[in-house]
Amino acid sequence: MSNTQKITPAEESWQMDGVISDGTEQFLTFELNGENYGVEILRVQEIRGWDKTTPIPQSPPYLCGVLNLRGAIVPIVDLRLFFEMPFKSYSSTTVVIVLKLEGDAQRTVGVVVDAVSDAEDIALKDIKATPNLGSAVNTKYIKGIANVDDELLMLLDIDKLLSLESILS
Amino acid sequence: MSVDISQFHEIFFEESIEGLDLMEKELLNLNKDDYDVETINTIFRAAHSIKGGAGSFGFNQISEFTHSVETLLDQMRNNEREINSQAISILLQAVDKLRQMVSAAEQNESFDETELVAVSEALAQLLSDTPGKSTPPEQATLSDGNVAETPTTGSTHGSGWHIVFKPNKNLLFTGNDPLLILKELKQLGDMQLKLKDDLPPFSDMEPEECYFHWEITLKGTNDESSIREVFEWVEDDCELIIKPLDEVEEKSFNEAVVADIATPETTTNQSLAHPGATTDHEVLELDSATARPVVSENKQRTPETPNTDSKAGPKDGGMSSIRVGTDKVDNLINLVGELVITQSMLGQLGSELDGEIHQAIVDRLEQLERNTRELQEGIMRIRMMPISFAFNRFPRLVHDLSQKTGKKVELQLSGEQTELDKTVMEKIGDPLVHLVRNSLDHGLETPEVRLAAGKSETGHLHLNAFHRGGSIIIKITDDGAGLNEEKILKKAIEKNLVSGNETMLPEQIHELIFLPGFSTAEQVSDISGRGVGMDVVRKNVKSLGGEIEVKSQKGSGSTFTIKLPLTLAIMDGQIIKVADQNFVIPLLSIIESIEFKDESIRSVVGKGELLSLRDEYVPLIRLTDIFSLDQTPKNPDDTSERNLIVVVGSDDYKVGLLVNELLAQQQVVIKSLETNYQKIEGFSGATILGDGTVALILDIPGMMTLFEKRMQANPPQPKIAIEA
Repeated sequence: MSNTQKITPAEESWQMDGVISDGTEQFLTFELNGENYGVEILRVQEIRGWDKTTPIPQSPPYLCGVLNLRGAIVPIVDLRLFFEMPFKSYSSTTVVIVLKLEGDAQRTVGVVVDAVSDAEDIALKDIKATPNLGSAVNTKYIKGIANVDDELLMLLDIDKLLSLESILS
Repeated sequence: MSVDISQFHEIFFEESIEGLDLMEKELLNLNKDDYDVETINTIFRAAHSIKGGAGSFGFNQISEFTHSVETLLDQMRNNEREINSQAISILLQAVDKLRQMVSAAEQNESFDETELVAVSEALAQLLSDTPGKSTPPEQATLSDGNVAETPTTGSTHGSGWHIVFKPNKNLLFTGNDPLLILKELKQLGDMQLKLKDDLPPFSDMEPEECYFHWEITLKGTNDESSIREVFEWVEDDCELIIKPLDEVEEKSFNEAVVADIATPETTTNQSLAHPGATTDHEVLELDSATARPVVSENKQRTPETPNTDSKAGPKDGGMSSIRVGTDKVDNLINLVGELVITQSMLGQLGSELDGEIHQAIVDRLEQLERNTRELQEGIMRIRMMPISFAFNRFPRLVHDLSQKTGKKVELQLSGEQTELDKTVMEKIGDPLVHLVRNSLDHGLETPEVRLAAGKSETGHLHLNAFHRGGSIIIKITDDGAGLNEEKILKKAIEKNLVSGNETMLPEQIHELIFLPGFSTAEQVSDISGRGVGMDVVRKNVKSLGGEIEVKSQKGSGSTFTIKLPLTLAIMDGQIIKVADQNFVIPLLSIIESIEFKDESIRSVVGKGELLSLRDEYVPLIRLTDIFSLDQTPKNPDDTSERNLIVVVGSDDYKVGLLVNELLAQQQVVIKSLETNYQKIEGFSGATILGDGTVALILDIPGMMTLFEKRMQANPPQPKIAIEA
């Protein structure tokens, strides 16, 4: 496979995470304001429908509040608001992806997205380093981009994206 | 065979710390005049276990240092050395150093040799003094009673050793392989082996049991301890006899010598022959070479309490406790919390059922509720530990402090078995230490002063713990001088804490010592008196949801009483509703709840609103304001009548909280917000209510701080016109 090829910087960053073995990685893709995003599927704990959260006083507007996830108190972040996209009211089809973070400490955080699309196998050689995009998302949260079915897929670095410093600043 | 033994390090550290605690406790017991002979044996065994463990895991620094400690202890237990306070104090210091070494090893840090020098030298000095009453072990066979030749004093024999190694049948279950041991032994020198078996009839044979034993002749210059080291792991699971070759050969000529075997540590099994001693009986048996060894090493070494020897490992049915990680217990608590919630949801559904038709379901639901509650209580109890864990440090502390201050103190502990939550225990340790130090430093007087005051020379300090209601009470009582009211008042006026104009009751004066920045110590010592004492103690106790008070009688002593909740994991809470959100207020901090009336509110510019509560005014906090809650009542004028004020606080402050509704009072399981998020100012945590939603728990002191900050940042404009 791609083992003999030169490793791209983006590819290297995946490898440093120690998650790849055969040159491909599976991503969960989702939609947000018409754009496509992906997160490593191994980091996804569960996908659930929108449930009313308990708001946290004096927290940033994109922090919807906390939720009881089988006894654990889990904060929920609205990614639309976090990326400063227009707010879309929650409905029965709104989806919360619960992610496991491995940054400073192991934490569980839920993110609100428009819709979950698919699980995609992406060859690491197809992941390109992030150019300076016109996207709403600050590029420092993007690990790389890939082309899937002629559509641009932005792969998120959730550890950076949802770190406490990031969601509280 | 290579096994990663680092996985056992954790156990070694834990066991060593336990061993050191035990040593310290027993060493302090030795201080008393009427100590038990077994005490010194216990200390010795603990040291021996630590040495053995450290040796096997390659912590050579620890094992070497322990070795000299052990040697000293060994001389003591053999009555070769007098047990005096000097030796005890050196041993105590050695225990401290060992503790530091173990914790350094635990952190993977290297321990600075130079730290050891002072204690090592003191030990060496002590050891080099000729023991007071002894004969050297080498002459033991001819001597009067001190025949003990112990593993540690190991002598070297030129010609070699005769070893009888008879494993217990279940040796193989412990994961030890006799072959490996023999191979290792072979490396020590020229070895000849005689295999003996004890095979039962084939039909009775258990394939996993060991029926063999060995007689070994090992030539070469080895000392006894190096041979014992080979058998270190199995010495409790086998019978082991090690004798110098020449001694075995000469035995027959020495039949006339019959040793008196009444050494102190063998008093309980005097009938056992000593390896170093020779008796007719033993010689005969050895000569006939059908020897069933009379002495088993482990019996000899630990005659009464084999299970205090932590290296003994899991002996048959000898375990009364297991070690479980707190994370596992916490996980169980979480699960049970979940179960309780599910159960209460089910209960709610069940209550809607028609009792007559669904009688069976309703009954089972009730049973489920009972079982769940018992399960929850049981699991909560796992986290409970006897307070002796917190009390254990005090004998040492009092010992050290009384030496330093020249005061005579007798410490009495009671109620050590009173149980409380581990987290509470961890947090109450320091405040207790502070109180005990204070009592010794300020409370108890020097012997001369005491005698002059007509009291006994020795001061008494009593720590007592007991349960009362849902709380644990800890009392610290001393019979010292008591609080000096004049001095306290003078100091308080000096520091501008009180004006000094009003007349104060003695109790009010006593309360002053809890004020920040108060300290009466004329001389700042390293024991106490930095002036950060009592207010910090009170703050810590309060942060645990407890209270502290003092009662004192001048001349006859003081009593500090600490009242603490049994657990931090569960709390009685009042659920309230503000701006359509549920919050929980700790029931303990609620003083009363009253109806909201416009006319009882006064607005003060720059100070916010005040609530007239009978004869006093208390600040009114609108939760919607300080937490910036989105208050959009359907009709503000309508709802204001339904508003309530919950008055919260403690002895030193009161505030009124404006809430929309009072809901149920219930026990709530406190969950940390920090696990997945971070601490939120004004809240101590969160809990899950009966319907599965999350409610935040108000932290009243934290909320006060938040409120004060708010007031300073932007003093509110009066909402209600000031009445003339």
